[in-house]
Formats: sequence, structure tokens, C-alpha cells
Amino acid sequence: MSRHTLSVLVENKPGILARVASLFSRRGFNIDSLAVGTTEHPDISRMTIVVNVEELPLEQVTKQLNKLVNVIKIVELDPSASVQRELVLIKVRADSETRSQVLETVQLFRAKVVDVATDAVTVEATGSRDKLEALIRVLEPFGIKELVQSGMVAIGRGARSITDRSLRAIERSA
Amino acid sequence: MTERMTGSQALIRALEEVGVDTVFGIPGGAILPAYDPLFDSQKIRHILVRHEQGAGHAAQGYAQATGRVGVCMATSGPGATNLVTPIADAYMDSVPIVAITGQVASGAIGTDAFQEADISGITMPITKHNFLVTDPSEIGRTIAEAFHIASTGRPGPVLVDISKDALQNETDFTWPQPMQLPGYRPVTRPHAKQVREAARLLVEAKRPVLYVGGGVLKAGAADELRALAELTGAPVVTTLMAKGALPDSHPLHMGMPGMHGSVGAVGALQRSDLLVTLGARFDDRVTGRVDSFAPGAKVVHADIDPAEISKNRHADVPIVGDARDVLTDLVNAVRAEHAAGRKGDYEDWWRQLNAWRETYPLGYDQPEDGSLAPQYVIERIGKVVGPDALYVAGVGQHQMWTAQFIGYENPGSFINSGGLGTMGYAVPAAMGAKQGRPDTPVWAIDGDGCFQMTNQELATCAIEGIPVKVAVINNGNLGMIRQWQTLFYDGRYSNSDLQSRRIPDFVKLAEAYGCVGLRCDNAADVDATIAKAMEINDVPVVIDFVVHQDAMVWPMVAAGTGNDEIKIARDMAPDWENGD
Repeated sequence: MSRHTLSVLVENKPGILARVASLFSRRGFNIDSLAVGTTEHPDISRMTIVVNVEELPLEQVTKQLNKLVNVIKIVELDPSASVQRELVLIKVRADSETRSQVLETVQLFRAKVVDVATDAVTVEATGSRDKLEALIRVLEPFGIKELVQSGMVAIGRGARSITDRSLRAIERSA
Repeated sequence: MTERMTGSQALIRALEEVGVDTVFGIPGGAILPAYDPLFDSQKIRHILVRHEQGAGHAAQGYAQATGRVGVCMATSGPGATNLVTPIADAYMDSVPIVAITGQVASGAIGTDAFQEADISGITMPITKHNFLVTDPSEIGRTIAEAFHIASTGRPGPVLVDISKDALQNETDFTWPQPMQLPGYRPVTRPHAKQVREAARLLVEAKRPVLYVGGGVLKAGAADELRALAELTGAPVVTTLMAKGALPDSHPLHMGMPGMHGSVGAVGALQRSDLLVTLGARFDDRVTGRVDSFAPGAKVVHADIDPAEISKNRHADVPIVGDARDVLTDLVNAVRAEHAAGRKGDYEDWWRQLNAWRETYPLGYDQPEDGSLAPQYVIERIGKVVGPDALYVAGVGQHQMWTAQFIGYENPGSFINSGGLGTMGYAVPAAMGAKQGRPDTPVWAIDGDGCFQMTNQELATCAIEGIPVKVAVINNGNLGMIRQWQTLFYDGRYSNSDLQSRRIPDFVKLAEAYGCVGLRCDNAADVDATIAKAMEINDVPVVIDFVVHQDAMVWPMVAAGTGNDEIKIARDMAPDWENGD
């Protein structure tokens, strides 16, 4: 199995998330991570979907996704040719004894503290999955009280945009 | 043009504008506003069915018989959920239908209101696409889009769910409506290079087979198929969904492949070195165990749906396109090969194929006790009624015999539920087919189990003047279940005995529904009974053919085994090397 990052441009319409999610589940694919949001064009949303599959089933799931009428375009983003980011918020135990060590770790990872309480701090960090996993590993011994992660978002490197041509398609049909 | 009208009026107008002439349905609370303008429509005939499932299958039968989009209509909640089976059936068999359902008022959606069901959510996995409309101004465009999606590319069912307030409120109706489908671009023109590669493989192959599926019929490509077959001299197999794409009597036709296919067709696929797959999808009922399917064959796979290509079997030459375009281009490409002096030589292959065909023709035994053989009944219907009728089957033994023994000469003359295998399909689908082609005789060949699932539509047929014929092949049992229990469960007939030779009395039932009921239980009367049914054209006719209960469908590839394990009768395997 290998991880693949798919950028899926969809029409910004109700129910599209359910259509995509249910397609994955009924065809037997597990989604590792999913993030959705609007793009620079209000009629287009973009999903970043991380799936753990072999090459052949990936082709099949991509073709099935393409059959969804509300799906405009699918691009697989190669990790080496794209910027891939996740965001994590970690509430970590930090009393007077450990606080300075925790803050040092936060600085080391270029993360930041976004909330402080007497015996805990909340840390915000963005980065690749590897970096965030490393941060979590290092903070673990202090005691992680709560942790929440976003799905991955990703964008191709360079000047080219994957939305340009899709925009033209939308404008033509409007 | 722009006119002020209600959403309901806009709906009916839009249906008229896209060319709908028939709607099968039943009114209910949420869809009721639409039924008022429908009452006045001069262009649309509404057929009031007895169960929404009947409306859905009728729309399928109509679509299959005419090539146009079939339309069914139902109310919210249970009305809509009763359409789920036909919608799933249409999805599996790529039948273009549009289902229109009423939904509770938009303000009540999500409150568990009376007769509320999330039908767009429920049908998401079984529709090509669906819509929930809560704004009357979107009704016209949505109908235009629904019919476009249902009928283009790989056809399929589209559901349009419309809230009651959207039907009641006023809007400005304009036509034509521009469609907004930026993500819907079906590819129909095949890639020229791939087609040339397919032609090259075809003339180089020693043992090619044209493996033809329902897509060829959907594309209206029977003439083009015949041209390719006759140009190359390659054998053809037609799947359950493709019966009639090449006449059964055509010398190049090896029959139907699959679980109950002919030895010749199954053997041709298994020993082939090149499958030219046209509008077929390597369904498990055709391939048997896919890892032992046609082990020596390269695969050319042409389909309008790119997701079918290499889904179950790797395609060496993938071709995305409409079957008619593919076949037209392929014929030209093969001609070019021939002109360059490259022509396939399949003489040895045909020696083998003919040996299988002669040694293992389709056949059946007459029951020793003198009772009626179901295969004989079906064979005689095919002979007496002839190839110009439409035949509609349910699902089970009678369906397989109807595929095997009618003898199809015309494309589209066999209508049945292939992928989903929906028992009860025949009567309502025959009703829809007859409504779509009123001048063509339509024979439903049904099992006694199937018949009891949907026969209430006989009332619809009788009242609406849709004179279908229904031949009930009554063996008193769920026949295919009984066959499997005989073969795989030591003859333990758990819950497969319907006793329908006793209850109900199908002749009386037919009469109660305003149909003519006939009964036949011996071979000597079969032809006369069929002839009598053919003479009656003012009301539907039901014939109760009382047949032997232990007849089995052969040949058979048992579920989970490979095609090489095909049996021509119990414990009897063909001798593959025969004739070599």
C-alpha cells in the first residue's frame, strides 16, 4: 500500500461531500485524511483526499470519482512536487516544573502557543505529517491532554494552477 | 419565452419540452401539486400503476423497448422508497430512466416529517446522478439536465426530488434551459491509435472472440457489429444483456457466455487468444472465477465508461468510446489491415469452435413422467410467436431458458433484469415495453415466484388497455433456488416450495384482474394455447404453464468456480479436446 494525495475540484453544491465520502466507502477504500474548502472561485470547492491504496485500485477510485457529475477535475499531487500541510492543536500538560521545556520544544518545531492555563498550554503547529508526528512524539512525555488534527491540504509547486482550466469550464456552462 | 407559473406547471411543461409522452406513477401528498397540471397535459399520458415498483420497472421496460428515457413518478417517503429497487436495477443495467419524486416542504426537510425520507441520500449509490430541488426556478433546468445525464454517455437512472413548496410556489418559466454541468463530459469518440492497435491484434490473432455486451445494443450498433464480424470472420458471443445484437441464427454466433452459457461460447472465451470486448464489463456471471477466466487472451476493451476498463480484467488495449463509433472505426481499421495484405486466419479456430458447437448444443430432457418441460414451452413460444415480438423475463430458471431457447433475431428483442437480478421485473417491464411499442407483441415469460411479486400491474394493463401476454412457467417452486438446493444442499428444499400450482389459481387470478386466463399442462396443447393467446388482443392474457418441478438449467458454471469447470449436466463435463 502507498499513500496518494488527490486534489479533487468539485462544484460547490450541497451533498457533494456525502457523494464523495460514500463513493470511497462503498467501493471499499479507506480515506486517511480529507479536507474541504472553497477555492478562489466561489463555485468551486477543493477536496484534498489522502488514500492508502495500490496503484491499480487508485486508478479505479479516480475513475469512479470522475463519474460523479459534480466532480470537475482530479489531480494526484506528487509529494516532491507539491507543498503538503496539516495543522494540529495540542493541549499539553505544562506546570511550573515542565513549562520551560515544553516552550523550548514548541520553539524548536517553530510551532506556537495559542492558549495558556496554569497547568497546560495549547500548541498550534503546521507542517508535513512527518514533522507533526515528530512534535507529538516529543511532547508526549509531558502529557498530551487533548489533540486535534486537520486533514491535509496540498498545492502543486510552481506557477501552474489546476483551477484555471476548470474555471473556464464552469464559465462556459454558466 | 418566459411565463409565470407554478413549479408544478413548470415541471409538466419541462417534461413536455424534453419529449416525454408517458409517465408511470402514483400520486401522494407531496407530489400531488404536480398531478394537477398533469391532468391537463395533452402530450403526456400518465399510467396509474398499482405499486411504485411497477412504475419504475415499467419506465425501464419503456426505455429498453424504445431507446428513449423512461419516466416514473412517486410521492415522498414510501412512494420514493418503493422506487429504490427499479432504480438500482436501472443502474446495474444502464437503463435511462428519470424518477421524479415529491419531497416534504423544504422547511420540514430534516424534521422527520410525515412521509419524509431522504431519497436523494438513499439513492446516491444507485443513481447516475440525483437532484434535490427546493427552488421552483430550478425545476426546468434540472429536468433538462436529468434527461441529458440519463440518456448520454453510459445511460442510467437519474432521480429528481422536488419539495412540495417548490411545486406550489410560482416562478418564471423559460425554455430552453441552459445546462450547468461543468463536470459531466462523456467521451464518445474513440482514440484512433487504440482502434488501429485493436485491428492489428485482431488480424494477428489465431483465436479471437468478439465478446459483446449490452453497450452494443444501447449504442444501436447491431449493424456495425455484424459488419465487423462478417468482415473478420471472428466468432461472436453475446451476453445476457446483448441477446439479439447478432441474430442467434447467424453462423458466426457462438451463443451466450457465462454461468448458463453454451459450451461453445464459454469454451471460445476460455481458449481465446484475443478478446475484443465491446460494451461488456467482465461481470462475474460471465467470467466465473476471474483469475481463471480466458487465461491466454489479450484483451481489447471498448466501453463508454472509462471506469469499466481494467476494473475486473486488465485491458491491453483500452478504448473509451460509444460502441457504434468504436465499431465503425474498427471496421475501417480492419479494412485497412486487409488492404495491406494482413488478414486473420481463423480456420483452425473454427474447426475447434464448430466441434464444440456440434457436440454440445443447447438441449434439455423431456420429463420421464410425461409432464411438461419448461424449456419446451419457452422454445415453442419463440417458434410460434416469432422473432419480431419483444420478450421480457423475470429472474431465475425461466429467465435463463428464455435467454437460451427463444431464438433472438432482432436487437433489443429481449428485455430482462441482468445485473441486479430483480425478481418481479417481467410483468411491469412488459407493461412499459408494450406502452412504448403498442404495435409490437410483448410476451412476458415469468416464473411463478416472480409473478407473485408484481402481478398487481395486470390491473393496470387491463384498465389502461395494455394487452401484454404473460406466460407463467409454473413449477410451483423458486426454481433456481430448488436447483441450487438439489446440487449444493443435498436436496434439502428449505423454503423454496411455493405450492403455487395449488395457491393461487393463476387462471382465476388473471380473470379477477380483467385478463384472460389460460392453463396448459401437457405438451400436446402448448402450441394451441399460445395461438389462442395470440388471438386475444383487447385484454392481457395470462397462461399458467404447469411444468415439471425438477427441470434444471444447463450448462452451468457453479458459483465460485472457473469457467473450465462448466457442466453440461449434473456431474458431466465437456471434453474440451474433442474435435482437435
